[in-house]
Amino acid sequence: MQNQQFFAKNKKKIMNPLKLMFIRRLIQNGMDFIKFLKNIVYCFFVCAFSGVFHIAWADTHQTVAIAYLGQDVVLPPVLSNLDPVSKDKGVLGAQLAIADNNTTGKFTGQQFTLKSFITPIDGDVAETFTKNIAGKFDFVLVNLPADKLRLLADLPVAAKTLLFDVASHDDDLRNANCRSQVLHLLPSRSMQADALAQYMMKKRWTKWFLVIGKQPEDQLFADAIKRAAKRYNMNIVTEKVWEHSFDARRSTQSDVAVFSQTDDYDVLVVADERGEFGEYLDYRTWLPRPVIGTQGLVAAAWHPTHEQWGAIQMQNRFKEQAGRWMEEQDYGGYLAVRAIGEAATRSKSAELAKVQAYMLSDKFTLQGYKGTPLSFRAWDRQLRQPILLAAARSLVAVAPIDGFLHPKTELDTLGYDQPESSCHLPTP
Amino acid sequence: MKKLPLTFMLLMLPTWAAAETVYVTLEKDNALAVVDPLAGKLLNTVRVGQRPRGIAMSPDHSKLYIATSDDNTIKIFDAASLKEIGKLPSGDDPETFAVNPAGDKLYVSNEDDSMVTVIDIAKKKAIKQIKVGVEPEGIAVSPDGHWLVSASETTNMVHWIDTKTYEISDNTLVDSRPRALSFTADSQQLWVTSELAGTLSVLDTKTRQIIKSISFEVPGITADTIQPVGIVIDSQRRYAYVALGPANRVAVINAQTFAVEKILLVGSRVWNLAFSPDEKRLYTTNGVSNDISIIDLDSQTVTKSVAVGVYPWGVAVKP
Repeated sequence: MQNQQFFAKNKKKIMNPLKLMFIRRLIQNGMDFIKFLKNIVYCFFVCAFSGVFHIAWADTHQTVAIAYLGQDVVLPPVLSNLDPVSKDKGVLGAQLAIADNNTTGKFTGQQFTLKSFITPIDGDVAETFTKNIAGKFDFVLVNLPADKLRLLADLPVAAKTLLFDVASHDDDLRNANCRSQVLHLLPSRSMQADALAQYMMKKRWTKWFLVIGKQPEDQLFADAIKRAAKRYNMNIVTEKVWEHSFDARRSTQSDVAVFSQTDDYDVLVVADERGEFGEYLDYRTWLPRPVIGTQGLVAAAWHPTHEQWGAIQMQNRFKEQAGRWMEEQDYGGYLAVRAIGEAATRSKSAELAKVQAYMLSDKFTLQGYKGTPLSFRAWDRQLRQPILLAAARSLVAVAPIDGFLHPKTELDTLGYDQPESSCHLPTP
Repeated sequence: MKKLPLTFMLLMLPTWAAAETVYVTLEKDNALAVVDPLAGKLLNTVRVGQRPRGIAMSPDHSKLYIATSDDNTIKIFDAASLKEIGKLPSGDDPETFAVNPAGDKLYVSNEDDSMVTVIDIAKKKAIKQIKVGVEPEGIAVSPDGHWLVSASETTNMVHWIDTKTYEISDNTLVDSRPRALSFTADSQQLWVTSELAGTLSVLDTKTRQIIKSISFEVPGITADTIQPVGIVIDSQRRYAYVALGPANRVAVINAQTFAVEKILLVGSRVWNLAFSPDEKRLYTTNGVSNDISIIDLDSQTVTKSVAVGVYPWGVAVKP
């Protein structure tokens, strides 16, 4: 009931009588300029004393200052000219959410601000954090690789900030190396792998050919795939590493065909997060088999093909503002700022402790344009969410796939559930 | 005035048994389905424009208004001939809208621009735009004409707009993602569904405060599948009916005690609801199963489903 009392106060009522009084006085006094001035002064005092100004919708004023920390990166080569390279992934999503929060804030007396700090390629993010962010911002969005995020979280100056991981998929950060003040907005690799596995199980593609790139993150993705295979009793018939050998006698065409001659399988699962070779697998394999994983059918938090559940509105609003499609990190940034906004509105507070407590409580629900309310898993601070299974130009399915059940919420069929997790953070 | 519906009935319906006609917008067919609910038959499918969603009848039942979202307009159709007779400047991507009791104004939610547009129907002109919260969707006018209420999905608020001044005079914070709104016939209560929170809030019009929050339980279905959308309340305020979206159910609520008395199984992803003119039947649009369900309200049982076309969205009934 407190809610209603709070908002009942936030009415814009007194302005109209004041305006009327002003106009009436003006007419009564004719065109006398001195009296007109007097009236302005008079009205000003009335306004000042009653504390009513035109813009003052609400009588509480709270400001929530949010920082965004990122770093320039060396952009990887792209295999397809169709994929534009965006350098500002993440921050534009956060900016859109700031605008959304402030529209709500106009009615509730809360204001949200965002300040972005981008460290150069060879810069030190810990230094940027200590110098510019620590002590000044309670809420910090972090768009950095897992190892740098872990380093930040362990800085003594970061102990009293809430860090929002808007970019990583790292399972280690959500398990053995989880931290109580780090919240993860994008799905972990294990959640992505489970989403793919559920779909493959539904299609009865039970025999997998796993192809792994040379990068360390490819190995992590492959580990998640292996975990999912075990979880859903699938069979990895062959596992091969893509070597990137530069043999002039081989073209991409013949290379993949030769590489993929192996025992029979139903589906090729590829682990190539940077996109160094994965796009070249489809249509070139020895056997005609679908490609799934980091290329082909992908498991994504957000995708251009997604338009259900109001997502089309989100896509349109983002494109209008950013001039490009919304990418996963933008979605992460958007969700992080919206989560802060939602928790601040509901807890009627800009204080870190109260906002954090509400955010991690059972009451918290976040609209993520994916058909179900999103919320944080209290044990590892991972945002539970549906995962989109998308081909380049069409949305194929949304996981959790129908029929995969869970006693609490089907969303927890994806990734490490509470009993499996090695992270057991206390609820604040 | 009375001649038109009569001619229409003679033309369209071979039997006199059909006392009413149900119109259903088909989002993916770009068409309107015309159904005889008593015979349980699809009579006709008429092309109306790109991506039709919101639909309403003029209070005198002579016209049909249909929001054709991808045409960025609300079209006016003659209810008898189903011929297009005009277009209203709705702004981009119109979805839901409401007609005032006098029948001279139409209010549209502009989801992408966070606005409510007031349209003078006779002049076919937008006369006012009101800035509201992010992604306004549900919109309703109180039967006494005093209030225009808009729900913004992302701001999670209902905005109370005074129809005399077209200014917001109050805001009520409701549960997550408010979708549809309905006033009771006496204008004293506003019922609001919150899709993501899975709840229904009953607001008192005088105080604009929530007086009751109702949640739903369906055995064998997890809470996050229960997503209340369309809501209607009978004119005597005896029962309210709420579509539960992907839970594929309609909840029957005692509108005096606020108790959920019954849960009825209908088609997949039940969306919008409409009463028959005598309030003896309820029609539901089922987005995924491509049909409408007909519920007999005396016995509170689902009696029939009628296949209508792809993605049935909105429903309107002509006596």
